[in-house]
Order: sequence, then C-alpha cells, then structure tokens
Amino acid sequence: MSDETTSKRHTGIVTRLVLVTVGMFGFGFALVPLYDVICDITGLNGVVDLQAADYDAGAEVDPDRKVTVEFVATVNDNRPWEFSPEVRRMEVTPGELYTVTFKTTNEQSEDTVSQIVPSVAPGRAGRHFRKTECFCFTEQPFEAGENRDMSVTFFIDPRLDDRTQTVTLSYTLFDLGAGDEPDIDPEDAQLHAGSQ
Amino acid sequence: MSSTTDTAHHGHDDHHHGPAYGITRWLFTTNHKDLGVLYMSFGLLMFFIGGAMAMVIRAELFQPGLNVVDPYFFNQMTTMHALVMIFGAVMPALTGLANWLIPVQIGAPDMALPRINNWAFWLLPAGFVLLLATLFMPGGGPAGGWTMYPPLVLQLGDAFPFLIFAVHILGISSIMGSINIVATVLNMRAPGMTLMKMPLFVWTWLITAFLMIAVMPVLAGAVTMLLTDQYFGTSFFDAAGGGDPVMFQHIFWFFGHPEVYILILPAFGIVSAILPTFSRKPLFGYSSMVYATAAIAFLSFIVWAHHMFTVGLPLAGQLFFMFATMLVAVPTGVKIFNWMATMWRGSMTFETPMLFSIAFVVLFTVGGLSGVMLALAPVDLQYHDTYFVVAHFHYVLVSGTVFAIMAAVYYWLPKWTGHMYDEKLGKIHFWVSAISVNVLFFPQHFLGLAGMPRRIPDYALQFAEFNMISSIGGFVFGFSQLLFLYIIIKCVRGGEKATDQVWDGAQGLEWTLPSPAPYHTFDTPPVVR
Repeated sequence: MSDETTSKRHTGIVTRLVLVTVGMFGFGFALVPLYDVICDITGLNGVVDLQAADYDAGAEVDPDRKVTVEFVATVNDNRPWEFSPEVRRMEVTPGELYTVTFKTTNEQSEDTVSQIVPSVAPGRAGRHFRKTECFCFTEQPFEAGENRDMSVTFFIDPRLDDRTQTVTLSYTLFDLGAGDEPDIDPEDAQLHAGSQ
Repeated sequence: MSSTTDTAHHGHDDHHHGPAYGITRWLFTTNHKDLGVLYMSFGLLMFFIGGAMAMVIRAELFQPGLNVVDPYFFNQMTTMHALVMIFGAVMPALTGLANWLIPVQIGAPDMALPRINNWAFWLLPAGFVLLLATLFMPGGGPAGGWTMYPPLVLQLGDAFPFLIFAVHILGISSIMGSINIVATVLNMRAPGMTLMKMPLFVWTWLITAFLMIAVMPVLAGAVTMLLTDQYFGTSFFDAAGGGDPVMFQHIFWFFGHPEVYILILPAFGIVSAILPTFSRKPLFGYSSMVYATAAIAFLSFIVWAHHMFTVGLPLAGQLFFMFATMLVAVPTGVKIFNWMATMWRGSMTFETPMLFSIAFVVLFTVGGLSGVMLALAPVDLQYHDTYFVVAHFHYVLVSGTVFAIMAAVYYWLPKWTGHMYDEKLGKIHFWVSAISVNVLFFPQHFLGLAGMPRRIPDYALQFAEFNMISSIGGFVFGFSQLLFLYIIIKCVRGGEKATDQVWDGAQGLEWTLPSPAPYHTFDTPPVVR
C-alpha cells in the first residue's frame, strides 16, 4: 500500500472519530434535557408542580382515608434566615384542601430575594401532591429584617397509591442575594424539584 | 514521511539512522518507541507521586485521632491520590505500552499519527502542572473527592478552575491517543494480519480506545457545566436555579463506569499475552476473549447508576442497574475461566511476569467478587462509601491493573532494553508486593463491613487494629516499589544479553525482532500467515 492511500484512509477514520468525539461532547449536554424528559414521562424523580393546580371541589372523597403529611423547612448554606412551618405534621384526607403557614424572617440587614424550592418524598407521591397556591411559585423579595407568614394551600390527589401512608413536603430556602442570580426557569424547576 | 517519491526515498534512508541526540530527541520525537518510553516514564513518576500521597493517607490512619496532617490536607490527599493515579499513572502507563507494542505486534512501522502522538503526550505534563500546582495555592488543592460532586466541588477556592482545565487537558490527551490507536489498528496492520489474528492486547486496546472516545467528551461536558455553574450563572446542578446536583452524578458515572473498564481492559490483554507464553500453550478461547471484551465494553454503558444506589433511585431503576451490573460478571467469568484453562496442563514456569499475571488472575477475582456484592442494591446501602468500596476498587486496580502493568514491564523489558532484568530481584519484588498488597487491602473489607467510612481522617477506636495492619502493609507495598524502580534502572543500564525470542514460549511478531528492537521496525511489512 502506498503512503498516499494510507494517509487518505487515516484522514477518513480520523474525521469520523473526531465527529464521534464532538457528538459525544454534545451528548453530555443532551443528557440534561433528556434527564428532564425521562423524569417527566416516567415520574421517576417525583415531579412537583410549580404551577397552581386546579382543585375540583366536587370530586369524590373517601372521608375515612387518612394520610400523614410532614413539613420540613431548611435554609440552604446556613444563611441568616428564620424559616419554619407552623405545624410539623398533620393528618389529611386525600381530596380535601388544607393550608399551612411558614414563618419566614430575613435576619439580614439588607434587602434580599429568596427562592424556595419544594421537594416531596417518597418520589412517587410527588405528582399527587397538588398545590393550588404556594409561595414557592415565584421568587419572594424580603426587606431587611422583614417577617412574613407565607402559606401553601394543597390537596393530596386521591389517586395516591394506598401503600403511601406518609408524605413529606420539604422546602429549601435559597438566598439569591440582591437578585442578580439567574431567574428560575419554572419548567426546569418543576421537573427537578422533586429530587431526593 | 515525505510528500514526494523522490524525497521519500531519502526519507527511507534516514530511517536507518538512530534517534536524535539530547533533549530535543524527547521533545520533538514522533517515534512510537520513544513516545512509549516517555508515557511509561511519566506514568512511573506519577505512580510515585500518587504513592507518596497514599503514604500520607496511611500514616494519618495508622492510629485513631488526628496525628500527622490536618483533616483538610487529608482530604486533598485522598482526592489528588485518585486523580494522579488514574489519569497520571495508570492511563499513561497503559497508553505507553500501547505505543510501544501495538505497532510491533501488528507489523506496522509506527503509529498512524506520529505528530498527534507527540502532542498527546506533551499535554500530560502540562495538565499535571496545572493540577499539582493547586496544592501550593491559597486554599489548597481539590479536596471534595475525585468525583467532583457539586455543590461541594464548587466550594473549592482558587483551585477550582485549575482542576477543571486540568481535566480538560488530560481528556484531550486521552482522546487524541485513542484516535491514534484506532487509526493504527484499523489501517496499519501487516498483510495477512486479520482482525481475528491480532494479539489480544491489541484487541483490548482497540475496544478501550473506542470507550475513551465515547466517554471522555462526556466528562469534559460535565466539568464544563460545573465551570459555567460557578462562573457564568447557569444552573445545571444548582437547585436554587432549577438544576439538580444528582444529575451531575448521572452524567459523571456515565463517564465513570466505562472509565473503570478503560483502566482494566488493557490489563486483560497483557495477561492474555503472558499466561500462554509461560504455560507454553496457545490462549484458550481466543475468540470468546474478544467477544467477552466487547460485551464488557457494551455493558459498561448501562450500569452507571450502581454507583448511586443511595441517591433515592426508584425501585425499577435499582433493579435494572443491579441486574445489568451482575451481568458484567458473565463475560468477566468467561475470561477468568479461559485464563485458567490456558494454564491447565501447561508446562508452566514461574518467571516474574508469570507470577504477576497469576497474582492478577487470583486477586482480580477477589476484587470482582466484592464487586458483585456491591452490585446488590439492598446491601449496597450498607457498603456505600465505606472502606469495603475502597478495598474493592484497590483489589481490581492495584492488584489488578497495576500488577498487570508490572507484569508487562518485566515481560517486554528485555525486548525494549536488550538486557534481561535481574530475575532474583524481580521475584523478591513480586513476593513482597503480593503479600503486602493483601496486608494493605484485605483488612479494609472488614473495616468497611463494620462501617468505617472512606475519606475521613479519623475513626472510632474499634477500627484501630485493622487500620494499623493496613497501614503497615501500605508502607511495605509503597517502599517495595523503589525496588521495582531499581530493577528497571539496572536492566536499562546492563545485564545478561536477551535473545530475540527472550522467552522460549513467546509467540508474536514482536519476538521476531532483535533485542533490543531497533529504532525503526517493520519498514517493510512482515507477512502474516
């Protein structure tokens, strides 16, 4: 075989392998939306709605069924905030509306913005935990030292499977500073918020 | 190679001159043998740097309490030990073996892309200067584990961008090396050297190279996302912005699991070359070895989440990844039984390379079996992030891959230098290493089962005895590698003259060459029947 045909064959194979390399670099990034789509289709990661759910008051409710709902509130990165639920746990009937208040205080001497991200455990309960109103839907601006009660109104979808006796709703408060942090992408946040 | 026929003729004459003299020979060389030597020497240097870090770790763990270094430095040592050993020692050593051996095993005059080869090598020192320099920066080096999980890795100080760019550079180097190997193997085989006649070392490296081309860019993508999360306000892994830190683990281990097979497959090829030589029998089940290697490579892409059983995977996910992982044991078992069948009723002799290869088969199997235990999702919850995991991957990487690399060095050293190594010292090196590596890592199984977490500088008192035994094994293993260095230097400088075939059972094109192999070989391709 002559040098010329060899180098032509090298060029062919190297070109293809470089394309594979570039393609796999792209694939790494493609995994990001793919991850969301897979979680969305399968509900694997516990999808939590970040949009207000419609409450159908006429739906049939089994008044004897009880599910325990627990509330957890965490401040990310030990920032100076006071953030805690009014009640730690409550018994609810699936299909009925409840409201819980979270006491929130910005203990800093500066105005700031918070984003509160919900998460539900176990993950399979995520898509059955429906919120009609929530402070987590939008960024919450706080003045220095401001103290505010924020509430979430929710119901448990009666389609929640029977083996789930306890559902934990956890909120993590992220301090975004003066607001120069990236705006939350609601669609993305909805898909990821249920991760455990 | 020259572009016109006329100068090509003169170029051909040039081939019979030896290498250039002085430092420029090594800086500008495009010769596969020179680059093989450079890669392997670099790997050996990094083996000692990473080993020194391991000595710090074992010294700290010799007794309970904080004795030798402060905890933050300890964390830097565990992180850097892993990065240096994986990307600095094992991968360059294996690439060096590929450079030296693949052309002479397939009857090619050189690698397909000699200039790329030079560039790929010289990126490595650049990458490691970036990485090792972080140890001297304010805030110290990476300390959050080699897996670079966010958000912890984002809390790293000045070292963070250096870590990311070092990983980029090492990744580019590996990809270029891999493309070179694929092009060489597919395009430059001697006439008659069909794919299914290639030595298994060439096969395993071909498959490894494809794995690297497939996953190294994914790692580059993952660390690029870390970089943009830190400096450009993206939220790939930032929960406040709608990202998910668990997604990093998915992307990282999509790279990480094929990566561990990148580290072991060439070792399989080495052992498949050495065992037949000293058993004086052909390799048992050659084609099943090739298919098993390909099967392992395929499975490596669908088992990544077994590293993440504790993140809260859904039940279906745990089951899938558990069974897929256990499936890896099937082709691996095929290989182990083939090696045993190769030795069965052979006229075996026990020179140093054979001793290391047999130890590889035995100790790799120990590591493989603890791997099957770790694959079990329900029990992994207990083993996760304990010393059991540390024991597992050191059995497959140290008494597996590193032993295979040492076996390869002893096996081919006479071909490279033209001298036999000191067999008596080689055997001493083997026995000290083989015993101390077990003293070092076997007790770590018990520590892990009893609940000692990895990457922690202190431990509860009930772990004291096993840690002391492990540390003693560690010191003996570490310092006995100086003997390895001495044997290599002694062999390079002189020794009994090696014959062309070197070992009387050795088969393959490289053993038809004189010892030491001339600077240029197979300018005229050999004919393979």
